[in-house]
Amino acid sequence: MTRTVTDVICPFCGTLCDDLEVVVSDDEKDLLEVYNACAIGAEKFLHSQAKDRITRPRMRQEDGSWKEISYDEAIEYTARMLTDAKKPLMYGWSSTNCEAQAVGSEIGEIVGAIMDNTATVCHGTSLIAVQDIGIPSCTLGEVKNRADRILFWGCNPAHAHPRHMSRYSIFPRGFFTGKGHTGRKVIVVDPRPTDTASLADVHLQVEQGRDYELLDALRVAFKGEKLPDFVAGIPKEKIYEAAETLKSGRFAIIFFGMGVTQSLGKNHNIDEAIAVTRDLNEYTKAAIMPMRGHYNVTGSGQVWGWLFGFPYAVDLSRGFARYNPGETTANDLLRRDEVDAVFVLGSDPGAHFPFSSVKKIYDRPSVAIDPHETPTTEVCKVHVPVAFVGVEVGGCAYRMDNVPIETRKVVEPPEGMMTDEEFLGRVLARVKEIKGV
Amino acid sequence: MAEYLIKNGFVFDPVLGIRGDQADIAIKDGKIVETNAITNPKVIDAAGKTVMAGGVDIHAHVAGPKVNVGRNFRPEDKLFGYKPRNGIERMQGGFSVPTTIRTGYNYARMGYTTVMEAAMPPLYARHTHEEMRDTPILDQGAYPVFGNNWFVLEYLKNHEIENTAAYIAWLLQATKGYAVKVVNPGGTEAWAWGLNCENVHDPVPYFDITPAQIVTGLIEANEYLGLPHSMHVHANNLGNPGNYTTTLDTFKLSEGIKPKSKFGRDQVMHHTHVQFHSYGGDSWANVDSRAREIMDYVNSHDNITIDMGQVTLDETTTMTADGPFEHHLTELNHLKWANADVELETGSGVVPYVYSPNIKVCAIQWAIGLELALLAKDSSRIFLTTDHPNAGPFIRYPRVMKWLMSEEAREQQFDAFKHKDKVIEATNLAGIGRELDLYEIAQMTRAGPAKSLGLAHMYGGLAPGLEADVAVYDFNPNEPYAPDDIEKAFSNAEHLFKTGVQVVRDHEIASNGNKRTLWVNAKVNENPQVMRDVKEKFLRYYTVTLNNYEVTGHYLPNPYVIEVDATQ
Repeated sequence: MTRTVTDVICPFCGTLCDDLEVVVSDDEKDLLEVYNACAIGAEKFLHSQAKDRITRPRMRQEDGSWKEISYDEAIEYTARMLTDAKKPLMYGWSSTNCEAQAVGSEIGEIVGAIMDNTATVCHGTSLIAVQDIGIPSCTLGEVKNRADRILFWGCNPAHAHPRHMSRYSIFPRGFFTGKGHTGRKVIVVDPRPTDTASLADVHLQVEQGRDYELLDALRVAFKGEKLPDFVAGIPKEKIYEAAETLKSGRFAIIFFGMGVTQSLGKNHNIDEAIAVTRDLNEYTKAAIMPMRGHYNVTGSGQVWGWLFGFPYAVDLSRGFARYNPGETTANDLLRRDEVDAVFVLGSDPGAHFPFSSVKKIYDRPSVAIDPHETPTTEVCKVHVPVAFVGVEVGGCAYRMDNVPIETRKVVEPPEGMMTDEEFLGRVLARVKEIKGV
Repeated sequence: MAEYLIKNGFVFDPVLGIRGDQADIAIKDGKIVETNAITNPKVIDAAGKTVMAGGVDIHAHVAGPKVNVGRNFRPEDKLFGYKPRNGIERMQGGFSVPTTIRTGYNYARMGYTTVMEAAMPPLYARHTHEEMRDTPILDQGAYPVFGNNWFVLEYLKNHEIENTAAYIAWLLQATKGYAVKVVNPGGTEAWAWGLNCENVHDPVPYFDITPAQIVTGLIEANEYLGLPHSMHVHANNLGNPGNYTTTLDTFKLSEGIKPKSKFGRDQVMHHTHVQFHSYGGDSWANVDSRAREIMDYVNSHDNITIDMGQVTLDETTTMTADGPFEHHLTELNHLKWANADVELETGSGVVPYVYSPNIKVCAIQWAIGLELALLAKDSSRIFLTTDHPNAGPFIRYPRVMKWLMSEEAREQQFDAFKHKDKVIEATNLAGIGRELDLYEIAQMTRAGPAKSLGLAHMYGGLAPGLEADVAVYDFNPNEPYAPDDIEKAFSNAEHLFKTGVQVVRDHEIASNGNKRTLWVNAKVNENPQVMRDVKEKFLRYYTVTLNNYEVTGHYLPNPYVIEVDATQ
């Protein structure tokens, strides 16, 4: 016999779909099938069932091989590493629940760590722009129910957020959008002819690195002022036309991704994109939203927001919280040799950081907490496998529009495996003992 | 639990009617008891000091999504104000939007023990509860917003009170909410199209209902349920010159409606931050105070309570579910603007604001707030708030007390205004000599708000049987004092007990307390129509499923449920 669990939340991307159905065995030990999920999400669930999954912590030996250790030993190593370090980096936090993030934050407070999350190589620039100019935004349901102008800028949801377009942005029929996609105009701005661009009414193939100019040109076009014949490789007629399309809508939304946040201009691009949105509100209703990547990177920014007041790059090493991106961001610290131990949870910097940073992780005392074997676990001294959040343990996660959803536990983790929160709770207790607080 | 005896303090307690007489207060098992009911108490010598119940804040924005937007998008708000971890105190930061940890500690330092979060977007209820969970010491509850909710708009268009009530009961349960909050009724829904409702008869786009119908209907539904608190409204047209007529129109919607609640409140409408709603004139050039017109109405109508929304002349962060207002404000001051419209439910905006004593309008706003309190005939129906952080941060409450208690302090402030003469001309305050006493302050900050919330059986006084929330201030009302002594003493309680636990000892935080989250569980008759509508809306229009909407228990580790039975 099997059992179907409904309303399951997908712990993969910031779309945080919550309508999955998962078939589990009667004893709730095996996860058999996943419905409604995209290919990536389904794989995340099914991967937890891998027979060769690592279920016990392991420590790197001198000869480079792994030796299995107990959770107690892993806790002791982690607590000692963090308390011995002058300035440890505690990085990641985007693929775990808010409960674990809160416990990790208290550890960081006691040991004087630098807390940074994956926004540092992703939407951190967006967060800086928001600090400059604010952000008119909305929940994804507002897009579904009202939006008739959809603009994707430097993002490719067809591949990165596969169900975004059907659940929220292009296709759904909402309250005031009963015609679904036929009632919407879709514009894609991307230097590449992506699969998302193939769905658009208009594809503005911007020259690489010229996003700022094009955004600026839109603002000029809104006001009906003169443009040069070409801006960022786009003929001015197409820019005027796009501006008119946006202005004439009842509700316009801009979604943006790595193509603008991490290309030339960085936070200034986002400043300008938000200014475009502000300007549009003079004519109609408009909103803008970052396409957040990890399913709970948004949540880690929220937890640190209410505990420390900053969404990423939080330096607790002086005993109080500081924030200075460029100085207190993970890559800058690693490459300047400013941190002397590295703790990674819920992220894979080994795969996503520059090689020069990854080498620094390899050179230091380091722990990776991750259910998977990853490039990061390969360069760390200790690897602590944990239960999958959203599969084997529940907990809160924040969608890209900051809506918090409680993820579900659908199957039991392999016998004896700890969760992120349990492991961190034990490390916190040990750290308090060592520090005498 | 330890027993305490707080001896010989000057007690100010409207519940017992004690006006500064020396009395002893006994604490046992988390409650206030008769002094002969304790056997071996720890004795706190309060001779020469002021003793009051723990403060109760009826309206502050201290937890939830827009508060956190304020924190995260204003790194400058943390400059210079950070406090390192120390002993049991965790790191604290932020001035106008403090971290949750600082929020708990700073309220405790002022002698406050109960704080209500004034606006919870239902879809973001989990976030609000996560922040309240991480706010130490305080008992808290949160008001979900109803005034722009599609269910409410659709039911009240046809005046379906029973269905509205059933929906309210369902939503309070789903979000673990405390009361019915209404912000710019209809106007925030209009803002989803970039529009607004500017008076109580301005129809809501598409839904074809007026703000007046929404407010009246929600009052009736609130009384149908007999909830502890009344409908709690922030009316249309906030912050605009000439808006006092809209405020009076809103007040009048409560006329003829009597409270039907077993929780002992007398009002059917609480109107919040009335300072922002008491402006005359028709532009910022000729804006003036209409506090007198407003208070004439409030003084002669018993079924209304209000709070001040006092401007404190600080740099602060405004945040409200009144989305169109925040857009209006960013157009005015050109500072950064965050907006978050919430599907089917509400919206919100956040904009920093500098209330400068050099700007005439800010000074007029300052005067209007004080006028409201000083023109009140009954101090137990107007409560001290700053609509934290909108008109100023809550840590300024003691400064507001100083202004209310001392004409000299008000004169000093007038003298510091750049446009003193124009401000005096546009307001009534300079002609008001009244100075409130500590008994009236206790009415405004303890007994009054507790009663209005329907929590007089727990908070707001020192009568035996109430929760042992007791503050001791190093302030002798019988000795001569300078105005600043008031602010100093009430910013820095010497001792504070929260449900019998000493959380402040000798001016220092001594415990993280035993925080509780209050919510109201209203039982109604089964209502298949409402449940069908709920299912339908979740299936078709929400982006979360119905089964993922309800806030579950682990977000409220220490809940206090108030049961209401409306099944009759």
